[in-house]
Amino acid sequence: MSQEAGHGHYYVPAPSTWPMVGAIALFFMGFGAAFSVNRLPLGYGLLAIGFAILVYMLFGWFGAVARESESGKFSAQVDKSFRWGMSWFIFSEVMFFAAFFGALYYMRVHTVPELADLEHKILWPDFTGGWPTAGPWITEKFMPMGPWGLPAINTLILLTSGVTVTWAHWALKLNKRGQLKLGLFLTFFLGFLFVGLQAYEYGHAYSDLNLKMTTGAYGATFYMLTGFHGFHVTLGSIMLFVIWCRVMAGHFTPENHFGFEGVAWYWHFVDVVWLGLFIFVYWLI
Amino acid sequence: MAAVHDHDIAHAHDHHPTGMMRWLTTTNHKDIGSMYLWFSFVMFLTGGVMALTIRAELFMPGIQIVNPEFFNQLTTMHGLVMVFGAIMPAFVGFANWQIPMMIGAPDMAFARMNNWSFWLLIPAALLLIASFFVPGGAAAGGWTIYPPLSVQMGMGMDMAIFALHIMGAASIMGSINIITTILNMRAPGMTLMKMPLFVWTWLITAYLLVMAMPVLAGAITMLLTDRNFGTNFFNAAGGGDPVMFQHIFWFFGHPEVYIMILPAFGIVSEIIPTFARKPLFGYSSMVYATASIAILSCIVWAHHMFSAGMPVTGQLFFMYATMLIAIPTGVKVFNWTATMWRGSMTFETPMLFAIGFIFLFTIGGFSGVICAIVPIDIQVQDTYYVIAHFHYVLVSGALFSIFGGVYYWLPKWTGHMYDETLGKTHFWLSMFFFNLAFFVQHFLGLAGMPRRVPDYALQFADFNMISSIGAFGFGFSQLLFLYVVLKCIRGGEKAPAKPWEGAKTLEWTLPSPAPYHSFETPPVVR
Repeated sequence: MSQEAGHGHYYVPAPSTWPMVGAIALFFMGFGAAFSVNRLPLGYGLLAIGFAILVYMLFGWFGAVARESESGKFSAQVDKSFRWGMSWFIFSEVMFFAAFFGALYYMRVHTVPELADLEHKILWPDFTGGWPTAGPWITEKFMPMGPWGLPAINTLILLTSGVTVTWAHWALKLNKRGQLKLGLFLTFFLGFLFVGLQAYEYGHAYSDLNLKMTTGAYGATFYMLTGFHGFHVTLGSIMLFVIWCRVMAGHFTPENHFGFEGVAWYWHFVDVVWLGLFIFVYWLI
Repeated sequence: MAAVHDHDIAHAHDHHPTGMMRWLTTTNHKDIGSMYLWFSFVMFLTGGVMALTIRAELFMPGIQIVNPEFFNQLTTMHGLVMVFGAIMPAFVGFANWQIPMMIGAPDMAFARMNNWSFWLLIPAALLLIASFFVPGGAAAGGWTIYPPLSVQMGMGMDMAIFALHIMGAASIMGSINIITTILNMRAPGMTLMKMPLFVWTWLITAYLLVMAMPVLAGAITMLLTDRNFGTNFFNAAGGGDPVMFQHIFWFFGHPEVYIMILPAFGIVSEIIPTFARKPLFGYSSMVYATASIAILSCIVWAHHMFSAGMPVTGQLFFMYATMLIAIPTGVKVFNWTATMWRGSMTFETPMLFAIGFIFLFTIGGFSGVICAIVPIDIQVQDTYYVIAHFHYVLVSGALFSIFGGVYYWLPKWTGHMYDETLGKTHFWLSMFFFNLAFFVQHFLGLAGMPRRVPDYALQFADFNMISSIGAFGFGFSQLLFLYVVLKCIRGGEKAPAKPWEGAKTLEWTLPSPAPYHSFETPPVVR
């Protein structure tokens, strides 16, 4: 007497306090951030409180979803909803990065050459355009970040992690739990390694290359793009770590493992963004 | 046997908490829809008070009531509050109430996230409103927050930026929810091309939101780092460009315009066939027109920047691309008119607002085509002509459709009929005072009165006085709307399941008021 096709099986969760907790978190974070950037007292305190509440919410909310999933409340239709949801979320992230890539493109192709053209010679006779540049009025010397040192190694690390996560996915589908655990472990380990190397690269850029956020068009786009990408890798690595913990706790089956797949999609997304970064931020300078 | 599982789910939230906790923790699309609509109305009054203060200052030449700095804060916040606080949440409220009922779904696809999307609006609104009280006051660079002005402002601008970040996140989550609900939760037999047009317009709107909101987030993030962390995105001295902000902002901003009008098209497309007692003329052409408008909206953004400096090739491209939008929009106006042709029409309040919409939105659409013509646009840029244009599409367009939609679905939401006489009075007052307030602004703009300025030359005095009288009349008429809605919620004639004999969509098969759980067993659509 099963009614698999019916709507009655769509799981609508009971009333939950997590959304409200999340709104309170964002309340503190919004005011905290506005206070902090204006160097008001309380700013960092409010920000920290908000962040702590957000972390609490993430644990509680995702925990609840994981328990619902493990207790078999999600039908095939709910699973499909999650797939649509994650796909559109990743699409929104693509558009977010598109804004910054668009800014990079606009500056390099349009603004910087224009600032060096004949009309602007009256203002800035010595400015020649060309990339990388800190602009016509920032004369402090800096060195650009070349592609073939750490960035190339980081590319290799991320591409390898894309392979390991797929290897883990194969294992999950064939129910080889040992290979799954190892593959996932390697993936988030490579993710955190990438973040560590990025941090080291930032230190190198600040202390040795004199390349800062304030270094004009090049510095701004460099740090904005690599910074947000690094932030996304950090998030992705944490997500992979959580999935690894769930695998260790015996979650997921060869048929039913959208939590794993969603994170894997996200991981491939940050991987692809990195390839764009490697080409347009590091390589073509 | 089959009912066991259903019962479990129903059981879980028939025992929903009561009092305040019901609203704070709800996962019910109707509760959340109501909260969206009330939030939107509160923000509508908030932004309205700002607008009336602006019109009071402009009643006579000279500076009488507010100082110019505060005037700038008012124009900026009026725009932000009305766009992000009033119009958009109102349409999301409609989406929440209507989409599950119209497609035969039990609820929204992500019921908890739905509630988060709503509750995130509260901290965002608090950030926006509180910014009036910090040193330097609220953001005062216009709602488009162009640098370099917005880079130089005080902390009110930072608060506006974070408010926009939070509202953007809420919008993206809400849109993902709507898309997923529509794509995955339709009743058996409800194919895409059988969906009510309101659902279609929201599907396309939600896609536009997911595409455009992250770009706004990127733009304001660059603004934030330029303000506080020394980057040079919008500073020519560092190789950046303030005009670049305009490009990125309007890449979001122009789709945003359609985000605010496509659901309005949807509501009008539900109301007109009902009261003309004829099926919508050219249903599939309506769907294709909506999609065309959405696609075109992504390639016309620079028509907001004709006077900012652009190659002639660029001006020509953006001019022609913009004028192309008049074609699918014309298809829509034609179809609504053709639906009414030889229909057996009656003129209840929703129909009055829908017909008012068609007349006035078309005027706004025509002035839009006029503004798209580069040589004219360079003349009317930043004048009251532009103000008149976008208030014709946003107030008599988006807002009138919201009023029409509220009257249309109030019987379903509350189980009572609203007071028809008062509703019609509300319509005629709004219609009269709206035109009094805004039609004269066309003349002011063509005569050269600039926008966002608290004082003006003497020759503009008469039209400004007329406009201010109209604005106050329009503003106070909305208190009548509040009264009609409250009266309808508290009582009145019992509404049957289908109070409008010409209505065809699924929500009218449910009793009025709609039960807490709409379709626990899916209806079958033939």
